[in-house]
Amino acid sequence: MQLLAGDMRPVSDRFLEFSRLSKHFPVPGGGEAVIVEDFDLRVAEGEFVCVIGHSGCGKSTVLSIAMGLASPSSGGIILAGREIVGPGLDRGVVFQSPALLPWLTARENVLLALDQALPDAPRGERRRLADAALARVGLAEAGDRRPAELSAGMQQRVGIARAFAVEPRVLLLDEPFSLLDAFTRMDLQDEMLRLWEEDRRTVVMVTHDVDEALLLADRVVMMTSGPRARVGEILRVPFARPRQRARVLEDARYYPLRERLLAFLAEQGGHQGAIP
Amino acid sequence: MTRRSSLSTLLLPFAGIATVLAVWTVLSRHVAPDLPSPWRTWKESEPYVLRPFFKDGEMNQGIGRFALLSLWRVTKGFSLAIAIGTPLGFLLGLSPTFRRAFEPVIQVMRPISPLAWLPLGLIIFQRSEPAALFTIALCAMWPTVVNTAVGVRSINVEYLNVGRVLRLSPMTMLRKIVIPATLPYVFTGYRLSLGLAWLVIVASEMLTGAPGIGGFLWQEYNSLVYSHILLSIVTIGLIGFALDRLMGMVETRVRGL
Repeated sequence: MQLLAGDMRPVSDRFLEFSRLSKHFPVPGGGEAVIVEDFDLRVAEGEFVCVIGHSGCGKSTVLSIAMGLASPSSGGIILAGREIVGPGLDRGVVFQSPALLPWLTARENVLLALDQALPDAPRGERRRLADAALARVGLAEAGDRRPAELSAGMQQRVGIARAFAVEPRVLLLDEPFSLLDAFTRMDLQDEMLRLWEEDRRTVVMVTHDVDEALLLADRVVMMTSGPRARVGEILRVPFARPRQRARVLEDARYYPLRERLLAFLAEQGGHQGAIP
Repeated sequence: MTRRSSLSTLLLPFAGIATVLAVWTVLSRHVAPDLPSPWRTWKESEPYVLRPFFKDGEMNQGIGRFALLSLWRVTKGFSLAIAIGTPLGFLLGLSPTFRRAFEPVIQVMRPISPLAWLPLGLIIFQRSEPAALFTIALCAMWPTVVNTAVGVRSINVEYLNVGRVLRLSPMTMLRKIVIPATLPYVFTGYRLSLGLAWLVIVASEMLTGAPGIGGFLWQEYNSLVYSHILLSIVTIGLIGFALDRLMGMVETRVRGL
């Protein structure tokens, strides 16, 4: 059930490859804080990977390097054979907060991404695609509303629509449901499961919710606590696809897997606090 | 409860005005005999207030006419101030290099009084009207500059990250994210700048003797018609208050977007 990071899988399984990724920050008064060191991970095309770890362990640092918002101190990330340098529309991004522009309507927020991805498409076509993206997340009627007129869950749906609309090669999700109330969170997890099932796009999602990880992921990557965080263990989640929450929870293997994840987090608990 | 609060919102301001009038009366009667009483001020000002738009020569016009002259001058000076101040604020907020170069200059220029700029304006432009505009613009633009720069620097980093992951061009970033995000700060700057412009207008008219509410005030002081000084002061205050409310309404609208 457990696989080591340096497993012997074929090259086609290296659709997205994190290779010896490290991130250091200079510390005031000299020296360096090593947040992440030698983070290695291979993600296959069409795979859903969740990265879990304690808050501040550096999992969001890894993801923001993949987004192109930060650069690694050493090592790198290769996506479909090309090294990632800076941001790009080949990666769809959903942040922890919806990060919608409040002065734009839901449709205009999605169009912001589509205008960039398809600058040569006719305006009407882009608008149609934006409405289709909103309809996919159940917001067909909300196109003309501004974020302030939408609930937190609906706002995050717009954020997801914006990421999916440009059909990126990989989706990078940074704790996208952690700011939502429990019911809305479950609602969006189910929605994410359904959306992913439609085209099985490659996903790397950072979370600290073990149940969320077990529901959504093919593999759960456990990061050690910082400093010098890296991949600790990787857990393969064996539940059949397409998944449904009730079925997953009924599965006899669910609780042992959950225990395994919690035990890992408990082991790492002593080292909390990323910077010494 | 609501009845009581609506009563007090009406009554309390009147109580405030009554107190000021009482102090004024006491002052004019017992302390400063040259200061006209409220009643005398009203009697001597009556023609200027009741026929606000008469004109009997350059420096003898109704108070409404003087106010319009001053307002027109403020409009020109304020427009100049925000036309220079807004782009300057964006530059300061966007470019660390520009900020390091000009922040010290701006900090030194900000506290300089209009009374100091005006002679310089007269030397540069030779005529009083452009000198007055120069002074108003130079004194009034700082709140716009500072607020715009602060607004740019306090843009939610999430909005900027959205722009970055979507690889927006610098122009699109400015148009779709930076300017809309900064707008509320810009308009706060405009409101404060307009207030300053109105403060400066009086000083600049007093020094240049230009026809307007400040020029009228200074002329009446020289002609020993003290009640008209008080008339001018009250008018200046009321117009300043109205301007602030007006810009406040614009500001609220922009913030609500």
